[in-house]
Amino acid sequence: MSLLVVCEHDRGSLSDASLEALTFGRPLAAAAGLELDAVVIGEGAEAAAEGLGAHGAVTIHVASHPILTDFGPEAWGETVAQLVRGTGATAVLACGTERGNEVVAQVAARLDQPFVANCRSIEPGSDAWTMTRVQWGGSLLEDVALDADVHLVTVAHHTVEATAAEVPAAGYESAFAPELDEVLARTVVADRVVLTQGITLSTAPVVVGGGRGVGSAEAFAPLEELAAELGGVVGCSRAVTNNGWRPHSDQVGQTGTRIAPEIYIASGISGAIQHWVGAMAAKNILAINTDAEANMVTRAGHAVIGDLHQVIPAITEEVRRRRGS
Amino acid sequence: MRILVCVKRVPAPGARINVTADGQAVDAAHLGFTTSPHEECAVEEAVQITERLGGEVTVMTLGPAEAEEQLRYAASVGAHRLVLLPITEVDWDPQRTATALASAIGDLETADGPFDLILFGNESADAGGFQVGVRVAYALGRPIVNGIKGIDVGGDADGGGSETGDVADGTVAARREIDGGFEVYRVSLPAVLGVKEGINLPRYPTMKGRLASKKAEVALDERAADVGGQGRVRLHRPEEQVSETVILGAGPEAAPAVVDLFEELGVLA
Repeated sequence: MSLLVVCEHDRGSLSDASLEALTFGRPLAAAAGLELDAVVIGEGAEAAAEGLGAHGAVTIHVASHPILTDFGPEAWGETVAQLVRGTGATAVLACGTERGNEVVAQVAARLDQPFVANCRSIEPGSDAWTMTRVQWGGSLLEDVALDADVHLVTVAHHTVEATAAEVPAAGYESAFAPELDEVLARTVVADRVVLTQGITLSTAPVVVGGGRGVGSAEAFAPLEELAAELGGVVGCSRAVTNNGWRPHSDQVGQTGTRIAPEIYIASGISGAIQHWVGAMAAKNILAINTDAEANMVTRAGHAVIGDLHQVIPAITEEVRRRRGS
Repeated sequence: MRILVCVKRVPAPGARINVTADGQAVDAAHLGFTTSPHEECAVEEAVQITERLGGEVTVMTLGPAEAEEQLRYAASVGAHRLVLLPITEVDWDPQRTATALASAIGDLETADGPFDLILFGNESADAGGFQVGVRVAYALGRPIVNGIKGIDVGGDADGGGSETGDVADGTVAARREIDGGFEVYRVSLPAVLGVKEGINLPRYPTMKGRLASKKAEVALDERAADVGGQGRVRLHRPEEQVSETVILGAGPEAAPAVVDLFEELGVLA
């Protein structure tokens, strides 16, 4: 019996989130007495399968079918559901990314099993499994008892850092050909549009965030300058997108993007829960705020008390000065 | 276009979310309630589509009797029909919720014809189960894609196409944000989409809308459904991250200390 980890890849390039799922899955499989297996799906799956053994996967199911040209939630969900039926896997785990949660929900609907999304910790039991999952994007936790034939779960993104297994597993590749109804091609990605090349909000090592305190769309220019100087990008709070100062794709928070940079510079942001849960995975937080009592300031590791309109340009200036000397 | 939007009444979170003594619910004593943000955008999107193409927007919720408030809010911004599936327990688990919604939707469609489009929020702001829409779509045998931040009915999600397509045999182009760009899905109607905030900026109700919504009829549809396999043991707050904030200084004079920190973290390289 096995714990099957659904590994995401983008046209052959394995996602870090999948390695987090394998990292989280190793002790879970051991505790549950299950073999840790992985599944990679569609075009590029073979390339993505390489190296999964080093992360602990004993068997790697490589699924292919003519309609699996790109990501498709229904086709991926049906593939995993068939694999579970075929292998008798008793648990399925993915990382709680947008795709991970969507695919496991599809599996759950098809197998008519419960699905517990975004777990932080899981205790397998001979009867029910118990787990702690996140609610409100992480500002509240829920202890759950899962009573199921097949345990379907995702691990909240950034719960663990991806590491290779101490002892690599066999990583035996096994081809899997699901029987897919052509109709499922209806939700396979039809087209892609690239807007920005290079680093993005979710991958940037530095994020310079601005909130209501920035004051206007134009006043983000100094933040852009500092971000460019540090090889980072600009993010913002929900108040900013609601005011139309920045596009929603720049929003950090529960209903926006979760960031995990080396440092998050949060300027003019009070730090409402909705924003905090999107920023809390940052390794370091520097708050810049006129209000020393603002949530963002009290939660940050470092803070500067002052007006961001003066502080940000001064920081940019200092960076340039040191680089010049 | 006949569009159905499923919404959820959730507490409007303040700075701190507290839990009731029995650990079964959020303590709402000092909280207001609102429509989950993704779903507020879903209602707006549905109203915008019917403003362009004609049709009717039905909004459905499964929740306590008080969820009527969120249905009336939807009416105040342009929804036409309101359906409440009343429950008395605190929260239904996702399987149970999906079963009830799917059967209620099925009966509505038998009576009045199918919905061309059904919209859900990508996930609820509170429980965040990430599955009710998917389960309902599967039960109805319809396609669903989640994470949608752009919808174009019978046209092109790039914004290039017109939205006057033959809706009856039409397709919907749906845009999903990915790192550095977006994916486009072309799904034939009838379809279900999980919508995310950012797809639009929801309007505020007008005075006229508010007044009309008070008179709007709320259809009650009580449903029974089996309890699912995910049981709540308790809710609790995460341990506070105790961070002793290091104040690097006040005003622009703090810049050298900030850049020292950058150097220490290696982000200046």
